[in-house]
Parts: sequence; structure tokens; C-alpha cells
Amino acid sequence: MCLVYKHALFNARTRCCAHPHMTGGISVVLIGVLVVIVGFALRVNPLLVVTVAGIVTGLLAHESPYHILSQFGAAFAKDRYMAVFVATLPVIGLLERHGLREQAQRLVSRVRAATTGRILNAYLFIRELAAALGLTSIGGPAQMVRPVVAPMAEGAAEAAYGNLPQPVRDHIRAHAAAVDNVGLFFGEDVFVAVGAVLLMKGVFDQFHIHSTPILMGLWALPTAIAVFVVHSVRLYLLDRRLRRWLSAGPAAASSSPGEGVNS
Amino acid sequence: MIRVQYVYDLVGLILFLSSLYTFRDRANPRRITTGLFYALYGLAFILADVLPSFVLGLVVIAIVLLAGFGGVRTGSYGEADAADREASRARLGNRLFIPAVLIPVLTVAGVEGLSRIHVGALPLLDPTNVTLVALGIAAVIALIVAWIITRSSPATSLREARRLIEAIGWAAVLPQMLAVLGTLFASAGVGTVVARLANHVIPHHSLFWAVFAYCVGMAAFTMIMGNAFAAFPVMTAGIAIPLIIGHFGVDADRVAAIGMFAGYCGTLLTPMAANFNIVPAALLGLRSQYAVIRAQWPTAVIILAVNILLMYAVAKW
Repeated sequence: MCLVYKHALFNARTRCCAHPHMTGGISVVLIGVLVVIVGFALRVNPLLVVTVAGIVTGLLAHESPYHILSQFGAAFAKDRYMAVFVATLPVIGLLERHGLREQAQRLVSRVRAATTGRILNAYLFIRELAAALGLTSIGGPAQMVRPVVAPMAEGAAEAAYGNLPQPVRDHIRAHAAAVDNVGLFFGEDVFVAVGAVLLMKGVFDQFHIHSTPILMGLWALPTAIAVFVVHSVRLYLLDRRLRRWLSAGPAAASSSPGEGVNS
Repeated sequence: MIRVQYVYDLVGLILFLSSLYTFRDRANPRRITTGLFYALYGLAFILADVLPSFVLGLVVIAIVLLAGFGGVRTGSYGEADAADREASRARLGNRLFIPAVLIPVLTVAGVEGLSRIHVGALPLLDPTNVTLVALGIAAVIALIVAWIITRSSPATSLREARRLIEAIGWAAVLPQMLAVLGTLFASAGVGTVVARLANHVIPHHSLFWAVFAYCVGMAAFTMIMGNAFAAFPVMTAGIAIPLIIGHFGVDADRVAAIGMFAGYCGTLLTPMAANFNIVPAALLGLRSQYAVIRAQWPTAVIILAVNILLMYAVAKW
């Protein structure tokens, strides 16, 4: 182990010092990060912020404009997979035109036990379990959240409290998107053959450290369970918050979410 | 072989064809620049592997400039009004769910079933991107089923796709741009600096502070990069391997997943993970683009704390 430790440290050191800009000080390399933080804080268009930060970082690393633009092109081509959900939009749009969201709301409003929090909790369970079994393509904001999950969550609240003010609607929708993310992220690592576990093994292999994918998946379980518990409690609190906002009458409902929306 | 490029061609075609409607959309005050934005974006999808990287980079900059200076606006989409939607909903009922459910079901079936099938010497699905190809095929089949069920024309579904695409707007390009930035950050050595900073700060005799620095470092660096996979090699090589695994002799299997999860807490907190946090906000029509992050942060912070304590307990055990 001690040998491994020295090897790793040696590697890290040589990598640091082999880089000409490291010796120049920490600040130079982090200017790109600073551009991003300031840009986002000032609410400049994120596309511009990110592009400028990329160009600045490249220039500070003494890369030529030609090389920087080539990197922009190459990374764009490689990361096209992020927009593949667009292929599902003709189906989703068409179904929405024919009343899919209304049907989802209607289906839920007939189940008396259905509340916004419980529906989202059920979806969290399905999403996390499916991801833990390697079925990460069940779900997604375009395929599931917008056409089905969010309308159901809103429908349950409408069935109980009548028409929802827009801030409350937004709040419920944001929670629907959050559940989709939380379930996916923390289910995924439990499954052995998926990218995350293979990446971890790859990193340890580089440093000649032995690792076992099955055990790594096993040690992911406690967090996966903790996430489900914590987020379920938060969804229960969401139900209580909706009751507080909406049963007090429309005046209270339109004023309180603005401040309470953070919690 | 069904290559992933065919799926990209399909996406590019949807974007490009919908831009043709946008050019003629008189309700859009910037219809020409908006149309150009989607047309270029669609063409870039189709031609990415044909064009030299430098030329594609120029196209990407053009897309950014069109969107960054307010050239991308929304128009009118001829949406069905509430009465029409209600009428067809009453007619179609739960059959509306069939195409929606077909997408995930066929994707999973495709990944599990078709990935082992070979046609001649070649696999049927591109083996490097089985899920994406399966999703593409599932979307096409679901679309055909949806046409039959709703008795609609392809043109109607294209117009509806345009409605959703333009609801997302420029945010659709953001995830790819952030990935570019991640690459540039990594090649400039931002990660090494962050790991070195963390190493300076922690007292070397304390297991707890090593665990703390690793988990918080994973979350923080993931927030910068927008991607835990980019943070993991850097922070693990910088903190976990020399200190937690090397110095304190903790088993790598016990540290790995919890460290990665600490990174995922960062993913929940950052606009840099645009495909998870910003695009859904746009897709759901939320007024604040940070609304999804606001819904997520308490869970993220609590779970980060849980991960730190858990890793410490597991390491001591």
C-alpha cells in the first residue's frame, strides 16, 4: 500500500510540475472557473458565459485559436448523445396535442389516496429501482416527466384544492424533475455493469489498486437507501406545504410560494 | 448495422425540418435568426463526423452567437385548444399512453434483446452505443404507433416537435457547450489545482478530514465541471488514493461508490449539469431556470453529509 501511495503521489507531482502554468500560480488556471461563476451570477446568457470561459481557459493554457475551435467542434460531435431525447419529441408532442397530459391528470384525480407527494414518491421508487437494475432509460424529463409524471402530480393537487396558481404549479413541476434526477443518480451506481462502476474500476486499475465491481456496487447500497428515505420525507413535507398554501384560500396561495419555494 | 449516426441524423432532420416552419413563423419577432439557429444546429448534428473539427467549431460559435445575443425567440405553434384536446382525450382515453410507454419498454427490450443479434459478421446495433440506438428505434416505432392511434399526419407531429424544441430553446445546446468547457478545463489542469488545494488544507494525520476533503472536493469539483465522471479520476488520484487508501489503508471498494455519490450531490446543485437541471426547467416551462436546483438542494446537502459520515464509518470499521 505504501508503495502505491508513493507512486500515486509521484504521479500527481510530476503531472503538476510538468504543466508550465502550474508553476505560474493557481490563479491563472482558475480564471476560467471565475468567468463561469461571475457570468452565472450576473445572469449573462449561459451559452456566452460558457463559450467565453472555454476560450479564455484555452488561451491561458497557450493553445492556438485554431486548436480551441477544433476542441469545440470535436466535443460537440462527441457529446451529441446529450440531445438524443429530441428524437422522442414528435411522439410526445403529438400525444400532448391529443390530450395525454389531461388524461394523466384525470387518471390520478379518480384515485382518492393520490397526493402530489405520494405520486412523486412512487415515481422515485420506480426510477431508482429501475436504475439499480440497469434500466436507466425508463424515465427522463422529455419522455416521462413532462407528459406523464408532472401532469399527474399537478392533477392530484388540482383534485384536492382546485385550480393551482402558477408559482405552485412551477413548484410541483420542479419537484417532478428533481425526483427524476435523484432516482436516476443514486440508483445507477448499485448496478455493476454500468458506466459509473466501470469508470471507478478503471481509475483504480491505473494505480494498480485492486477493486471488485460487485463490492463497489454493494457499498453504494447504504447511500441509495438513505437517498430514498431523505427524499421521501421531503416529498411528505411537500404535501404538507401544498396543504398549507392551498387550503388557506387563493389569496394566501398566491403570496406564500414566492418565499417558501426554497424549502 | 444500425449505427448511432442514424439516430443523430434523425435528430438533425427533426431540428432542420422544424426550422423551415420557423423561417415562416410571422409571430416570431426574430424568425430568421431563430430559424438559422435551429437549422445550423440540425445540420451540425448530421454533418458532425464529415466536417473537420475546426469548421464544426466555427458552426458551434455561430450557434452560440445567434442564441447569446437574443436571436432565438418563440413564435406561434398552432396548438390545439383545450376543447379540442378534451374531445380527442375523451375519444382515445388510455390508448394515449401506449406510444408513451412504448418508448422506454422498446428501449429496454432493444438493449436486452437486439444487442446480441448479428447480421452476417456485424452486430445489428452499434455496440458502442446500444442504448442510444435502441432509444432511436423505439422513438420511431412509437411515432408510427402514435400516428395510427391519433390518425395524424407526419407533418402534425413535426409541428408539435417544433413546439417542444422551441420551448427548450437555446438551453438545448447548453449541455454540449458545457461538455466542451469541461474538456478545456481538464486539459488546462483545473482539476489538479483543485486537488492540490484540498491537499494543502487537510491535516494529514486525520482520517475524518481526509474523508471530508475527498467528499466535499468531489461535490465542489463536480459543480465546476458539471459532471461527476470528470471529477472522479482527479479527486480520487489527488486525495483518496494517496491519503484514504494509501496512508490509512482503507479498502478501495468501500470508498469508490460513496465518493462518486458525493459527486452526484454536486450534480444536483449546479447549473453546469445543464442536461439534468436547466433543460428540464425549460422543457417544463418553469419561470426560473434554477427552479429544479432549488427543489434538489436540500436532498443534495443532506446526502453529502450522509456520505461523509458513511465513508468515515466504513473506513473505521
